[in-house]
Amino acid sequence: MAFEGLAERLQGTIQRIKGKGKVTEQDVKEMTREVRLALLEADVNFKVVKDFVKRIKERAVGQEVMESLTPGQQVIKVVRDELTELMGGEQSKIAVADRPPTVIMMVGLQGAGKTTTTGKLANLLRKKYNRNPLLVAADVYRPAAIDQLETLGKQLSMPVFSLGTDANPVDIANQAIEQAKAEHQDYVIIDTAGRLHVDNELMDELDQIKSNVKPDEIFLVVDAMTGQDAVNVAESFNEQLDVTGVVLTKLDGDTRGGAALSIKAVTDKPIKFAGMGEKLDELEAFHPERMASRILGMGDVLSLIEKAQDTVDENKAKELEEKMRSASFTFDDFLEQMGQVRNMGPLEDLIGMLPGANKMKGLKNVQFDEKQLAHVEAIIQSMTKQERQDPGVMNASRKKRIAKGAGRSVSEVNRLLKQFEEMKKMMKQMTNMQKGKKGKGMKFPFM
Amino acid sequence: MSFFKKLKEKFSGDTADQQEAQPETYKEGLSKTRGSFSSKINDLVARYRKVDEDFFEDLEEILISADVGVTAVMDLIDELKMEVKRKNIKDSREMKEVISEKLVEIYYGEKDGDTAKLQLNEEGLSVILFVGVNGVGKTTTIGKMAHQLKQEGKKVIMAAGDTFRAGAIEQLEVWGERAGVDVIKHNAGSDPAAVVYDGIQAARSRGADVLLCDTAGRLQNKVNLMNELAKVKKVISREVPDGPQEVLLVLDATTGQNAMSQAKTFSEATDVSGIVLTKLDGTAKGGIVLAIRNELQIPVKYVGLGEKVTDLQTFDAHAFVYGLFADMLEEETS
Repeated sequence: MAFEGLAERLQGTIQRIKGKGKVTEQDVKEMTREVRLALLEADVNFKVVKDFVKRIKERAVGQEVMESLTPGQQVIKVVRDELTELMGGEQSKIAVADRPPTVIMMVGLQGAGKTTTTGKLANLLRKKYNRNPLLVAADVYRPAAIDQLETLGKQLSMPVFSLGTDANPVDIANQAIEQAKAEHQDYVIIDTAGRLHVDNELMDELDQIKSNVKPDEIFLVVDAMTGQDAVNVAESFNEQLDVTGVVLTKLDGDTRGGAALSIKAVTDKPIKFAGMGEKLDELEAFHPERMASRILGMGDVLSLIEKAQDTVDENKAKELEEKMRSASFTFDDFLEQMGQVRNMGPLEDLIGMLPGANKMKGLKNVQFDEKQLAHVEAIIQSMTKQERQDPGVMNASRKKRIAKGAGRSVSEVNRLLKQFEEMKKMMKQMTNMQKGKKGKGMKFPFM
Repeated sequence: MSFFKKLKEKFSGDTADQQEAQPETYKEGLSKTRGSFSSKINDLVARYRKVDEDFFEDLEEILISADVGVTAVMDLIDELKMEVKRKNIKDSREMKEVISEKLVEIYYGEKDGDTAKLQLNEEGLSVILFVGVNGVGKTTTIGKMAHQLKQEGKKVIMAAGDTFRAGAIEQLEVWGERAGVDVIKHNAGSDPAAVVYDGIQAARSRGADVLLCDTAGRLQNKVNLMNELAKVKKVISREVPDGPQEVLLVLDATTGQNAMSQAKTFSEATDVSGIVLTKLDGTAKGGIVLAIRNELQIPVKYVGLGEKVTDLQTFDAHAFVYGLFADMLEEETS
């Protein structure tokens, strides 16, 4: 990421304040200026930023910050709290109609990701709520949009309703609901064509679909990378259709996603879901406090922890801890641990979630070479059982054999062995130290 | 007429009927801004008779709301302030010229000339590779460009290199039918580099002038996918001398500051030679291309102003700069 987070931005001001006993008005002014810049760089709309900064200023000039021992951190906390509050609580619930089917309408600009999100939402409804959705291809304008939804339907083994490209979207929606009733499908998700919010004709079409099918939910799908224009888009769609929620897509990119705040500020509608990847199960509940951190460039520790919880087997983790304590950590354990880390996703994604990681010299532009990991894996897998348990038996001919087996050089094998030994030593130290002194930090051979 | 001169006229309102000379589509795309531009800038100027902090603050907001980017805007404002001091400008009317000069500088830098033209071979095959993140309009842009190049009398072939997204191949095929252009494709999920390779062979044997290569949209922080793209480019470079002749990064005008990251990363992987700025018919201004041009020297070659085939237009810098201000001027008068 090219931009500085708020924490880095505030560093200079904080340094100056540190020596002083009191925070002056001028200091606060400088800090709010940095807040403003950070938000603008994150693509929050400038009008929204203006209002927001005004509120922050009031709180920051108040005792809360002025009398705090760590005014810098206090400002960050105030900003993050306000941001989180503004973005509302977590609301990933989907409406359920009294009489099925529940009808969901997907609307938004071209290329926001409506069709993909339709597929993901259907998948979520089935997986999480055990529902039985019908997908409706009402985008008759974009070439092959219907094919796209049909392909997704096939991937999910879910029915897709379409009447081809010559039909009227309103008719398509109406007939789809009739079919859903007849076939006892409890959800209908209507994928409408992307359109500009200033295209009156097409916006009216959405209005017509709405008044015909009386949807229980209207989701506005917005690209997380949207800039200042997010307010115009969200405002227009909301005014015309009174949307019930927002889905933010492409959040797996490296955008700060300030659009989230803009949208929330102008529509006051909950952001319900976030698209986190191209696969059909990569639609997640939207977490306001994580988004707040992200907008401020503070990393996303919570997501990281959650990812770890998802992928790391707790029993195995306990076992591992025990092994670390008794220093009986072997290459096999190491291999397993590495596998778990890799299961969490591409390494650079994980690093990106760490606060300040993009500022750390060594990590900033590191392109994590997944190949490197594969090499380490290959080397370990070329070892015999005995060698993995007890690297002490290693000698020149064994190393040569391992190197050959892994297709790497002997020096690489040596390096891994050395690093492994160091790691073991460090684990021992760490567990012995218990509390107090800091360890040198673990260094994995692939970092 | 140079862009510089044109813009100056716009700002000073010397030629009131210049408005009419604007390309029809641009006017349509900027429909909300019809009416006399010069009278509006005069209104703005009238509001601020003095060149003071308020004036600059307003200017700053115009540019930020157009997604020019806060750092670039700050730099510009600082430079303008210096200029004001140096030339001892007190009257806001004099500012028009200064602003126009600076904007020209941002876009053109020291260089001059026709940066919007596609650099295609006079003889033999030229290959254009299209890259970009998801949903920016790559396939649509290719469809439109195929149509236009064919109208110009060129023999065009398209390679359906987006083998990932559901329906992408079909989408390109529809455009192929519309434009009467052959589409080279493999099955969904196959290697895009192989599709492009076949595209090149087919283009050669059929004596095509231009091969347009579609690729799957990808977020620039996905290293594996960026590597895949680099491989596609490598295949083209190997098969076609000096190829690809153009690597066009398709950018969505609604995108904010992330567009800079896109431009940087895609350039690293594929050496982007130009930008196609799509969806400029909405209310988004795409001002980030100014910063991209300034920092990475990548010129905008085309803009997308609508869904029709003819809505792909060569980039006109003066119309673009005009668009950056248009909405704000509307607000000032209302």
